Amino acid sequence: MKIMRPLSAVGIVASAALVLAACGTDPAASNSSGSSSAAAPAATETADVQCGGKSPLSAEGSSAQKNAIDIFTLEYGKKCSGQKVNYNPSGSGAGVKQFNANQIDFGGSDSPIKDADAAAAKARCASDAWNIPLVVGPIAVAYKLSGVDKLVLTPSVTAKIFSGAITKWNDPAIKAVKGNESLNLPDKAIQVVSRADESGTTDNFQKYLGAAAKADWTKGAGKKFNGGVGNGAQGSNGVATAVKASDGGITYVEGAFAKDGLTPALIDSGSGGVELTSANVAKSLDAAKFLKDGSNDLALDLNGIYASNTPGAYPLLLTTYEIVCSKYANPDVAKAVKAFLTVAATAGQEPLSAKGYVPIPQSLQTKVLAAVKAIS
Amino acid sequence: MSESSSTRTPTGDPGGRSSSVTTPPEVPISEQAAPPADKQPPAAEKPKKVRPGDRIFQNLTTGAGIFVVGLIGLIGLFLLIQAIPALQANKANFLTNHGWSTSDPANMSFGILDLLEVTVATSVVALIIAMPVSLGIALFLTQYAPPRLARPFAYVIDLLAAVPSIIFGLWGILVFAPAIEPFAQWVNETFSWFPILAPGNVAPSVRGTIFTAGIVLAVMILPIITSLSREVFERTPTPHIEGALALGATRWEVIRTTVLPFGKAGYVGASMLGLGRALGETIALAVILLIPQGKNFDWSLFDGGATFASKIAANYSEFNNEVSAGAYIAAGLVLFVLTFVVNFAARSIIGDKKGD
Repeated sequence: MKIMRPLSAVGIVASAALVLAACGTDPAASNSSGSSSAAAPAATETADVQCGGKSPLSAEGSSAQKNAIDIFTLEYGKKCSGQKVNYNPSGSGAGVKQFNANQIDFGGSDSPIKDADAAAAKARCASDAWNIPLVVGPIAVAYKLSGVDKLVLTPSVTAKIFSGAITKWNDPAIKAVKGNESLNLPDKAIQVVSRADESGTTDNFQKYLGAAAKADWTKGAGKKFNGGVGNGAQGSNGVATAVKASDGGITYVEGAFAKDGLTPALIDSGSGGVELTSANVAKSLDAAKFLKDGSNDLALDLNGIYASNTPGAYPLLLTTYEIVCSKYANPDVAKAVKAFLTVAATAGQEPLSAKGYVPIPQSLQTKVLAAVKAIS
Repeated sequence: MSESSSTRTPTGDPGGRSSSVTTPPEVPISEQAAPPADKQPPAAEKPKKVRPGDRIFQNLTTGAGIFVVGLIGLIGLFLLIQAIPALQANKANFLTNHGWSTSDPANMSFGILDLLEVTVATSVVALIIAMPVSLGIALFLTQYAPPRLARPFAYVIDLLAAVPSIIFGLWGILVFAPAIEPFAQWVNETFSWFPILAPGNVAPSVRGTIFTAGIVLAVMILPIITSLSREVFERTPTPHIEGALALGATRWEVIRTTVLPFGKAGYVGASMLGLGRALGETIALAVILLIPQGKNFDWSLFDGGATFASKIAANYSEFNNEVSAGAYIAAGLVLFVLTFVVNFAARSIIGDKKGD
């Protein structure tokens, strides 16, 4: 018995070393580093930040903007030392519900609140509730196909692929898209990969297809993929992994994941293929209209963006909103919310590109700052 | 181990004078033992006296027991209450429908058949692989390995149980699945005439399949089964083993005639506990399994799909109304019942075997 003790200790140490060594070569570990996309159009405007008010602010909602909120919170802490925001990424639905129940100071949502939710929010605030778009992320139609590094897709072809009407890479419809004539497309099955979990990305992608390719996408929108073709995988990383696993795969995924073997397709909305870059996404936002013109409720008309054919603009994107009261009952809360959103719209935007989001262009930033200023 | 069990019988004598005492222990204590034990006679006169320490301890343990039973009951009740509204709103047969559509609370149709089949299939694959391997490891550790190797070896295997399941999942899909892909492909193509090895519903991919998931799951339940079986085999009475050896049995014959019969019930019980873990395994399966769109599970190892737990894990972040969430809770209720049935079966197997 006594002889065994030191040896068993050796065993523990040895096995611990094994585990540690395994960690060192884990390929997943290197996966989280952000892609440094093309230089974003810097949102240059600065604004006075009036620090103070309630701390920590409590907020809840969309998990898609969790990383962005973390950055905003960091910048907010730098500008206003000691001020904090607690954000709980429990999902858009929960964010809206909690905001309307007066449980949190502002909510985060993948889509602007409207109808019954807007009415409830108005009742909660005793004033209008506003949607402030602060986080914009492009969605890539990403594929893996050896020998093809610059594929152009039209909305119609995309819709046909994701609904199972086009099943082979050498389908004449793909070849016929301007820019693909010279491609050597193989006689291979297209493996569509979608999100198995319910997701705002799926919702926006299906809305995009519905708006840009009405005739070819009849499956409707929603957080669940309705295409009825291919396989589902878990989460953004999951779909990226699944496509990387097999030559001939295609998926829709947040821009930041379309790298390391995945190629984002160029999108041709009628004015030629457009690459997924921050500048091209910003161009889309520049041309964006708002659902309520002239108001400080800055809900974007995404269908307008999706269906537009502005040359050089990348239309497939999603925005998340902060939902705020235009008038807070407690001036302390209003002060802190204003300070936080001001920092988020200025200093918070540029670091976003490292996480795969796109900083909002100046035209939108001006409007956001005006709206934030009007909060009281 | 062997020392304690072999010395247990003559513990009646306190230390030194072992040779003189041959009397039966119970009778003389009450009569002759006035000088050595003062406090024994009063205890015998007032036998009903219960000391506060005893009472407190008994109440605590009873309380703990009742607490657990109550907790299980409340969990079942909670699941049931949460599930009922969703089940009432369900437009399909909950038990026999394959599809799962719950995003629109006003128009839900969902059934658990696919989830049940995939859950059972992955767990059975895992069990078929893990059971013989664990048996081998446990026998090696207790019967063959030199003692100074057995300890560290057992530690290493127990360490497997400490690896979080998300790590197993990521390892499974990022490292293991690509590595085993050529083999899986070969099996799939060569034996495709055999129903359970037919091309799956996630074809042409052979990575995110029940085949891959089952093997990863087997690794995950290996430590539980091994650990418990080892404990049982270790307790094989030494006289049995020595008797077998004395009769001229070889190592293998010793194991076959003494260790295995003695440890069978424990081994089956350990396997059932492993099965319980496999049935409830969540995130590793959510990460590994691909989910076919618009196709049902078709009893092939190369099918994909979702299990009860992985389905819930995949969608919990978007539960934004109670009725839709209730559908998932109803699925959880079925898993609860399934696990209960498995455990019940395991207990009764152990109970039966203990008799003989």
